[in-house]
Order: sequence, then C-alpha cells, then structure tokens
Amino acid sequence: MARRENSEINAGSMADIAFLLLIFFLVTTTMDVDSGIARKLPEKTDETPKVTIKEKNILDIVINRNNQLLVENENAKVQDIKKLAMDFIDNGGGLSQPKDGQPGQPCDYCNGAKDPKSSDHPSKAIISLTSSRGTTYGMYISVQNEIEMAYNELRNRLSLKLYNRSYKDLLKDYKDDPSEALKAKLDNLKDKYPQIITEPEPIK
Amino acid sequence: MSKFTKKKKGLPGISTASLPDIVFMLLFFFMVSTTMRQTDLMIKKPSLPTASEVKKLEHKSLVSTIYIGKSKDSRIEGDKIQVNDKIIDVKDVISFILSERAQRKEEEVKYMTTSIKADKNANVGTILDIKEQLRDINALKVSFSTTKGTDFSKNYQ
Repeated sequence: MARRENSEINAGSMADIAFLLLIFFLVTTTMDVDSGIARKLPEKTDETPKVTIKEKNILDIVINRNNQLLVENENAKVQDIKKLAMDFIDNGGGLSQPKDGQPGQPCDYCNGAKDPKSSDHPSKAIISLTSSRGTTYGMYISVQNEIEMAYNELRNRLSLKLYNRSYKDLLKDYKDDPSEALKAKLDNLKDKYPQIITEPEPIK
Repeated sequence: MSKFTKKKKGLPGISTASLPDIVFMLLFFFMVSTTMRQTDLMIKKPSLPTASEVKKLEHKSLVSTIYIGKSKDSRIEGDKIQVNDKIIDVKDVISFILSERAQRKEEEVKYMTTSIKADKNANVGTILDIKEQLRDINALKVSFSTTKGTDFSKNYQ
C-alpha cells in the first residue's frame, strides 16, 4: 500500500461556517444606544431649610391632567416655554445671590430685558414645574426638554462669547480629552447659568 | 516555436480565497458590538417620547433600567412597572435598586444611573412615585429614556 500523502484540510467550507455565525450575530444584534434626558434628583433631607424666595424669581409652570399648560397663570403652548424660560432666566433685573461673603453682583453677561418684575439673576431664577398625576409622560418630557433647551441655548450663547466655541463642542472636547482647563470652562458656564428646577408635590 | 503558440484563454475565475477573511472580519465586528437582550418585556413595549436635548448613557454596566407601560392584557388598566423579568409594585423599586447595588463594586455605586423607560402615555404620577422611592435610597442619577428627534408633536395628543 502506498503511503498516503498528508493531505490538507479542505478550507472551502470555512466561509460557510463563518457565514452561519455571521448571520446569527446579525440577527441577535441590537445596536440601540440608550439616550435620554439626564436629571439629578434632589437629596432628601429631614429638615427643610427655611428660605424666602421672591415671587418674581420663580417661573411657575403648571401642567394639568388634560395636558394643558399654564405659565405664570397664563395659557401657553409647549413650544413657547423655551422662549419664556430664556427671557425669565436671562432677565438679570437685580443682584445675584451673595456668595463667599461678597455682596450680590448685577448680571453682567445677561442679555435680558432687565425687567424689575422678572428674575433678579440667573443664579436666583428658579423654574417650578408642577404636574398633575394624570399628566401624560410624553407631555412632561416635552416640557422638561424645552427647559433643558433654554438652559443649553443660554450656556451656548455665553460659551460662544467667552470661548468662541459652542457649549456642545466644549462638552465633546471634554469627553475626548478631559483636561482641567476645559473642566474649568464648563464649570464656569454651568455656574453662570445653573439649572435650578423644582418639582413640587403633584396636584391631585 | 512553442513560445508563440497561443494558450487557450478562458475567463479566470474570481478568487474566493479571501472570502472567509472578509466574512470573519464582519463576524468579529458583530460579535463585539452585540448585546444580547437580557430582559423579555412582559408589558407592552413602551413607545418612548421624543426629545432633542438628550445625553448618551455611558457605562452600560452601571445602568439599571425600569420599564413603565401598559399591561399586554388590554383589560388591565393602569401603568405597570417592570424590572428584570418581573412586574413589581412601586414600593419594590427600593429593593430592586439595592439588589442592583449589591452586584456592583462599592466604589462604582455612586456612578450608577437609573434609566426610566416609560411609555409616553404613562401617568406622571407613576414616574413621580418612582422618583420619590429613588430619592429615599439616594439613587439620585436618573435618565429619562427618550428617542432623539425634533418632532415632538407625537409626545402629546
């Protein structure tokens, strides 16, 4: 008998096997990137500190169970909230919160109307969002989104003025390269327009 | 003069030798990017609301998801809350978060995020109840899951 030559393994079916696996992974793949509106909930404390806040420093938004909106006791549409919120936050009619023992400063970066009847300073401007238990979640998210938009646009405007770069780009830069200088810039922007949103007990 | 005798020329076949390589490359890509769906939804798939100012959720392993939507059985009214593979009561959200925490390292706990995937027709009351529970145990990072887009008209009708 002739000694058999060591024959090579036939690799022709390799592609088929690989294809089979490929199709399996193609089918099971879900490439959903989870994204959403990020919120930080307020911490729960036992004692509620007594603070007096002037009525004019609060933008009162109420959504009722029929998804109707009231902003400062007037009917409004969802699309209007962004503008109303921006006008309110950026008004700058008075002095800021006294910080580190220093007296309050007027807002030198605000472009608002300086209306004495509206908010004093971005650091004092509070947005109050009261919703009813029966409000639908979609409506609630839309309003939250509009408020977020207002803050982002204000920060963006300031960012373009101070650093010649949009807020979004700065955030992206920071993600690519988390450096101290960028963080200081972002913190400065966030400090100038802090997000103060309060959600009181829902109306029953 | 055999040098000049014309060789019989047939159409050369395309070499398929590199086909497995290409397929393997694709295969590895999909293998790496695959995430197997861990949870079977027992409620109706929530149709998420649309928002434009969204942030991507980072560190997938540190995210615990709470689903809120209607029951599959249309006779049952009200919002149902699902975590992992079971439908739970609002009060059990605390134990769910605590069990999620127990699975993570201690130093990672503060980076944990709760992602709320709720149907756009769910009641805000349910969401607020859950938020209240989360506040009770200091799980303060919350993300309201939305799809990215600019057409909000479907959010409310």
